[in-house]
Amino acid sequence: MQYETVIGLEVHVQLSTESKLFSGSATKFGAEPNTQANIFDLAMPGTLPVLNGKAVAMAVKFGVAIGAEIGKHSVFDRKNYFYPDLPKGYQVSQLDYPTVGKGTLTVTLDDGSEKVIGVTRAHMEEDAGKSLHEDYQGMTGIDLNRAGTPLLEIVSEPDLRSAKEAVAYLKKLHSIIRYLDISDAIMAQGSMRCDANVSIRPVGQEEFGTRTEIKNINSFKFVERAINYEVQRQKDVLEDGGRIVQETRLYDADKDETRSMRSKEVANDYRYFPEPDLLPIVIDDAYIEAIRATLPELPDTRGARFVSEYGLSEYDAGVLVATREMADYFETTAKLSGDAKLAANWVSQDLQALLNKHGWELDESPIQAERLAMLIQRIKDNTISGKIAKTVFDAMLDDSSDVDAIIEAKGLKQVTDSGALESLVDKVIAENPDQAQQYRDGKVQVIGFLVGQCMQLSKGKANPAQVNEILRGKLS
Amino acid sequence: MIEKTVAELSAALAAGETTSVALTQAYLDQIAAHNETLNAYITVCADSALAQARAADEARAAGSTAPLLGIPIAHKDLFCTEGVKTTSGSKILHNFISPYDATVVERMQAAGAVMLGKTNMDEFAMGSSNESSYYGAARNPWNLDRVPGGSSGGSAAAVAADLCAMATGTDTGGSIRQPAAFCGITGLKPSYGRVSRWGMIAYASSLDQAGPLCKTAEDAAILLNVMAGVDDKDSTSIDLPTEDFSAALNDSLEGLRIGLPKQHFAEGLNPAIDRAIRSAVAELEKLGAVVKEIDLPNSDLAISAYYVIAPAEASANLSRFDGVRYGYRCENPVDLEDMYKRSRSEGFGEEVKRRIMIGTYALSAGFYDAYYRKAQKIRRLVKEDYARAFEEVDVIIGPTTPSPAFELDSMKDSVTMYLEDIYTIALNLAGLPGMSVPAGFVDGLPIGMQIVAKDYAEAKLLNVAHQFQQVTDWHKQKPALSTAAKTKEA
Repeated sequence: MQYETVIGLEVHVQLSTESKLFSGSATKFGAEPNTQANIFDLAMPGTLPVLNGKAVAMAVKFGVAIGAEIGKHSVFDRKNYFYPDLPKGYQVSQLDYPTVGKGTLTVTLDDGSEKVIGVTRAHMEEDAGKSLHEDYQGMTGIDLNRAGTPLLEIVSEPDLRSAKEAVAYLKKLHSIIRYLDISDAIMAQGSMRCDANVSIRPVGQEEFGTRTEIKNINSFKFVERAINYEVQRQKDVLEDGGRIVQETRLYDADKDETRSMRSKEVANDYRYFPEPDLLPIVIDDAYIEAIRATLPELPDTRGARFVSEYGLSEYDAGVLVATREMADYFETTAKLSGDAKLAANWVSQDLQALLNKHGWELDESPIQAERLAMLIQRIKDNTISGKIAKTVFDAMLDDSSDVDAIIEAKGLKQVTDSGALESLVDKVIAENPDQAQQYRDGKVQVIGFLVGQCMQLSKGKANPAQVNEILRGKLS
Repeated sequence: MIEKTVAELSAALAAGETTSVALTQAYLDQIAAHNETLNAYITVCADSALAQARAADEARAAGSTAPLLGIPIAHKDLFCTEGVKTTSGSKILHNFISPYDATVVERMQAAGAVMLGKTNMDEFAMGSSNESSYYGAARNPWNLDRVPGGSSGGSAAAVAADLCAMATGTDTGGSIRQPAAFCGITGLKPSYGRVSRWGMIAYASSLDQAGPLCKTAEDAAILLNVMAGVDDKDSTSIDLPTEDFSAALNDSLEGLRIGLPKQHFAEGLNPAIDRAIRSAVAELEKLGAVVKEIDLPNSDLAISAYYVIAPAEASANLSRFDGVRYGYRCENPVDLEDMYKRSRSEGFGEEVKRRIMIGTYALSAGFYDAYYRKAQKIRRLVKEDYARAFEEVDVIIGPTTPSPAFELDSMKDSVTMYLEDIYTIALNLAGLPGMSVPAGFVDGLPIGMQIVAKDYAEAKLLNVAHQFQQVTDWHKQKPALSTAAKTKEA
């Protein structure tokens, strides 16, 4: 039987506020255990929450960016369950009245087509602490540094139809969040986390199949793998005449499989009720408009502008705007070099390959936009050829001096002296009499071979256009 | 000296008739003589109290005129006090030394008050008799076989027996007013949000409110001046212009409109209390007040709504007592679940466990609408009842309790006990301010008159109570403490 996959994602994003959602403790990643936990975070008796207004502003900013309804009257609720890394015994979240309501996100699929994915809601809640199970001789250590860090939980509609679509949605979400600068959104560090609700149904059936929720997926790659594994597992179950059990499953990246969590955890009744220690968040239009005014240019708009302003292809523009940093880098390079197309090629190909090879973030690259722009300028003013530029680019990795100094020091400057070029051409014609004759006989395409020989002889430093011209002159 | 009011002590200290050290020592002596019988204090801080008293005397010499300078106070044991054991009347916090001060404690300290110790209370403020305290029941100074009321029973007994000059309490369903009535003192529950809840161990967050227990309305005004005010650590505290609650104490009651809710003078009320309250109201009429009967049609629903909302909130508020970070932890837990179960089963008392279970049930899937949501609807109806009544009257007056202090161990089932709060509980649901002032005696036991005003109209309440105390002397009556006990004048 042919099945259709139905996926909805729940994405938790740690908002990058300096202090926690309800306390003044810092939220820095990687601090010594329990050094960022005050009496409220420890749930000392008598302590009370005070809402961090910056977290609200970030949530609203996200809502406005995806064209969502903003809750004018949002309410925090207590979600009750016992766990040692949840000091109060309840997590403060938003159940019925989230700060961000329905919105949409447009993703570009592999075939270039666009698809609009519904966002059901995005609500604020506090993160839990961490349980440390190693190094405590059979005991469990508790680190409450993370407890109370503000999270935005972004829930999608079940609009995604494949693992690839899910990843495209997740990447788009990541991109927007980075553009808005409301979270580091680093999956490996847990500042962006993804749970996937996955079900399958026979093609043509309207009713959804029974879903499972996959937790603990901490990279884009694993999202794709976990969903694909789960879809195949569900198909196998159904084909064998079984039925899907609604449950929570954990993704094990090492084994590349999902497995059932204890059913007990699934059967939790969280007994939500409105948090009486906090007042509802009341938001008016003026507040929303003030936040809207702070929105940066978002990836879709920026991509469209790159196409119209710089004449890039939609594909190139799409690649360059994927992250705000990359788009900024490109734009700086394009402006300083005066050649957007060359800039686009260098950024999306050579620079990207470099980052991938070393696993660097853009800001870790030893070649920043100003230097790359200078390199492109030197291609444009014929100081070096495009090919030699690659050599210079590689040299720039280990040498932080300026582009001209590197070209000079390595003797890579293009040869444009016509006397030198003429003797070069003479030498090549002399060494390749057959090809020279073929050209004279009218097989003009052989010129390419002869130019190539000149370039090789000059170790790439000859100006190819000049060589071409001299060759034609001498052979005519 | 120890029987004097805060206002009188303040004057005596200012005039140099006594010192804070002498006064503090006198209260400590009274505590030494009577606390064993009354069990009003869980913790007495003799050394630090004397040190604070010395500091207060020095501050006075240096020119300080802080409003409560050198006057000894007792705090209910659910106010967190830095470096001092804070138990909330529970075994689960038997070893809890608070790392910080509650805002109320901080404000009292800033006003110069000297902390004598921490008073007994029903466990986590759940009770109307003080019998649910892990530290044993406090006794009523008027009759040691009787309860002092609850949950602020220790504070009320301590004030009535001069084991302190003044005390703090909290009121979630009547926990200041009912013990004040039972012990023959003055107690004020301010409007919800008037006093910060930071550092007050929560029972039911949307109902809890701190207030003073003291000897007169005049004292209550002085104490409220210190306690009240917005606090950025409590999001539910209200930002209102600063008010001097003593300013209107002497306003005339001419033309004051008093409403007597017919539901508060109905079946179930001890007839002698009915008579006492009516004659108290007659005193107010003599001062120019006009009286009319009013209707609070949803009164009978208030207790049921309260016993859903309060336990629901409590069931979550008390989840933090899990044996993980502080407080009681069971011996040799075999795993996490065992630790949770036994720490909580062994650490909480019966009444607390009962309310956690009621609250958990009321919030459970499938029951939420029938219980919690319905209770919230009733809460709105109760609020509307009072709002409607206040269109016609300035204050609402009735008995604080249906009967005088009952005997220890006499309440055999919890529902009968819950009905003790029948006149007080609606105010917490509505968030309104209320007071209890002494209004007579029944069978040798003091009884209280409850006065209720609109939101944030504490000044009106205090005015009425003060004027009443100008023409009556019920509040001046003192219990005859056991003659065997040595008392010493300061």
